[in-house]
Amino acid sequence: MSTDVTKKAPTTEAAHHMPGRESADRKQVTQGRWASVLLAPSLILLGIVIIYPVVNAIIMSFQKDSGLDPATGFFVEGGPAGFENYTHWLLQQCNGVPCPPGTLGAQFWDSFGVTFFFTAVTVALETVLGFWMAVIMARSFRGRSAIRAAVLVPWAIPTAVTAKLWFFIFAFQGIANQLFNTQILWTGSEWPAKWAIIIADVWKTTPFMALLILAGLQLIPDEVYEAAKVDGASAWQRFTLITLPLVKPALMVAILFRVLDALRMFDLPYIMTQGANGTSTLSILVVQQIRQGFNTAAALSTITFLVIFIVAFIFVRFLGANAVAAASTGGKKK
Amino acid sequence: MNVQLPSNDMGVEHMSNRKFSRMTYPLAAASVLALTLSACAGGGGGTGGGAGGSDAEANLDGRGPITYVQGKDNSNVVRPLIEKWNAAHPNEQVTFKEQTDEADQQHDDLVQNFQAKNANYDVMSVDLIWVAEFAAKGWLQPLKDKMAISTDGLLKATVESSTYNNTLYTVPQTSDGGMLYYRKDLVPTPPKTWDEMMSMCSIAKENNIGCYAGQHAKYEGLTVNAAEAINSFGGEIVDNSGKATVNSDEAKEGLGKLAEAYKDGNIPAEAITYTEEEGRIDFQAGKLLFHRNWPYVYKLATTEASSAVKDVLGLAPLPGMSGPGASSLGGHNVGVSVYSKNKATALDFLKYIISEETQRFYVTQGSLAPAMEKLYDDPQLVAQLPYLTTLKTSIENAVPRPVTPFYPAVTKAIQDNAYAAMKGEKAVDSAVSDMQSAMEAAGAK
Repeated sequence: MSTDVTKKAPTTEAAHHMPGRESADRKQVTQGRWASVLLAPSLILLGIVIIYPVVNAIIMSFQKDSGLDPATGFFVEGGPAGFENYTHWLLQQCNGVPCPPGTLGAQFWDSFGVTFFFTAVTVALETVLGFWMAVIMARSFRGRSAIRAAVLVPWAIPTAVTAKLWFFIFAFQGIANQLFNTQILWTGSEWPAKWAIIIADVWKTTPFMALLILAGLQLIPDEVYEAAKVDGASAWQRFTLITLPLVKPALMVAILFRVLDALRMFDLPYIMTQGANGTSTLSILVVQQIRQGFNTAAALSTITFLVIFIVAFIFVRFLGANAVAAASTGGKKK
Repeated sequence: MNVQLPSNDMGVEHMSNRKFSRMTYPLAAASVLALTLSACAGGGGGTGGGAGGSDAEANLDGRGPITYVQGKDNSNVVRPLIEKWNAAHPNEQVTFKEQTDEADQQHDDLVQNFQAKNANYDVMSVDLIWVAEFAAKGWLQPLKDKMAISTDGLLKATVESSTYNNTLYTVPQTSDGGMLYYRKDLVPTPPKTWDEMMSMCSIAKENNIGCYAGQHAKYEGLTVNAAEAINSFGGEIVDNSGKATVNSDEAKEGLGKLAEAYKDGNIPAEAITYTEEEGRIDFQAGKLLFHRNWPYVYKLATTEASSAVKDVLGLAPLPGMSGPGASSLGGHNVGVSVYSKNKATALDFLKYIISEETQRFYVTQGSLAPAMEKLYDDPQLVAQLPYLTTLKTSIENAVPRPVTPFYPAVTKAIQDNAYAAMKGEKAVDSAVSDMQSAMEAAGAK
């Protein structure tokens, strides 16, 4: 793709300087027409797989869930809901009263907090550990490519399988308790359950983080380090003044991906604890709500989406994690 | 995703960059939303249109090929049954559509096909907790008038689980009930009541093992166990009209017994993480005196080489307030879709499923508890499966789990509050009244 664009650019440039600009303009017009024709299939595809479900879900979120007609015992259409489905979650109102414990509505803000807690802790741990692994993998040593491949194994295992593995490890008679000779109810009490999930998540996704950072590290030319050495910079100075700033674009993209991923976290807590003991994330809430009523679930999905969108926006806008452009233009931009 | 832009002209690069980011926001936004929402995209339609009047009246005389839908056939009984049927009905062939063995996935698959009014899902196996929901959505053919079918000779509780709003919607296919497994070597006569069982816990303590465990992790199994405690002490979760009626002194006493046993340590602390398998493994390793579980444990505990209780396994009905307790009922029913084109054939197939011959085949071939009452007293079958007699008592005293179209919300209300009560995070009284309000908020009022 990159060669395509660079090759084409000079030709267009040349066309501008050619005599007879009209023909060049026409050429551009026809090119533009061609471009839209060629782009149409992918745009239509995007429309079908992305725009339609999104719009449909937003429309659904303003409909009431079907209610039971006490006279017949059958469900009837709920009709328009206004913002009721949204206030149900945000204000935790169930039909005009505060949602009692044991309803999904009562869990919204708890799950909201839990989701962000998991995101903050897991991404922080994964960044630090991933960086460390990347620095090691960036050195040249025998069997480096084997290590790089091996590191990907936890990432390659399907999350559901990982979750089941850790579920057995953290069972009361599981390996974790046997190994440390403890009697902790890992999945049966609040903080152990949270840490069990964090440990499993860090184990699974640190390699992904490490490889993304490694890609960033390898873009830094060796000459820069050599020059710094000649100038007498210490290892710490080389790390903070060269490695960190130069790897920052790749690092921010890696963090952005992980944050978006972690905010959607579902499989690990769902399989390990079923959301019990304060480990219910927003995605778990959505899935549980789908079984109780699609329209209320659509409202929750939309809320979840907006939350994730705002977080992504903050990252891209203020922290310079531009997933599309920054990775390639690198440090040059600043 | 890396896009290399022409770098000879800074202006171009800058412009394109901005253009790209502008494009990126809505695109990224849309894709994230699509990911979060894709799960419910299929749910547009919502309800099946009230009473489903016209669909329920159509095709009552239709005959021809039908499809039977059921979860994974682990006991290998469905295919032989269908082969036999097909041999006798060359013009009304049955095709078997096998789903996964995950209950949630089976439920969602059925819902999607009902919503799409799929005429190719004619007859389906329905977990008894879904019957009310599917019936209230107007998806199940009422089995009355032309579609009437006799349920004589079937266990009363299983027929109750097939009934919604005084109309029969399914017929029971297989049944299941909880039983008390105990150590014959330590307890010569099994306890008849809960209090008696608790008084025997000193025996467990002397032998340095746990006293009692059922399924107490926060999942469907806790609903089963909590409902058993509540029903055994005379409480009721929802009444016949589907109204939540759990807020009673009887329900509080029942749930209180569970909470008290956990607090005393009569239910070991780790049991709060137990589903069926963890409990069974513990019991089989000889670490539990009493264990509540389903009939499937019998075969494993008596035949597995690792089982420490092979020769000392005792079996009794669940203990209750003053006699046998009220087991929660498990099992699967069979219903006909209102969208089926060949309902006359479907009805014949239902009759075939509840025939004595088929019911007997379920026991002998698949070790599945039948819904037909008299088979529990059949000497030949009892010789093969000695637990049948105990299981009969259990099912005779069983209460179907709450029959309500709001089952997912009701079971959540029970699980969340029973779990909090057992762990002592919440007083039993407020747990029960929260259960009541949570069910009412969901619509069960």
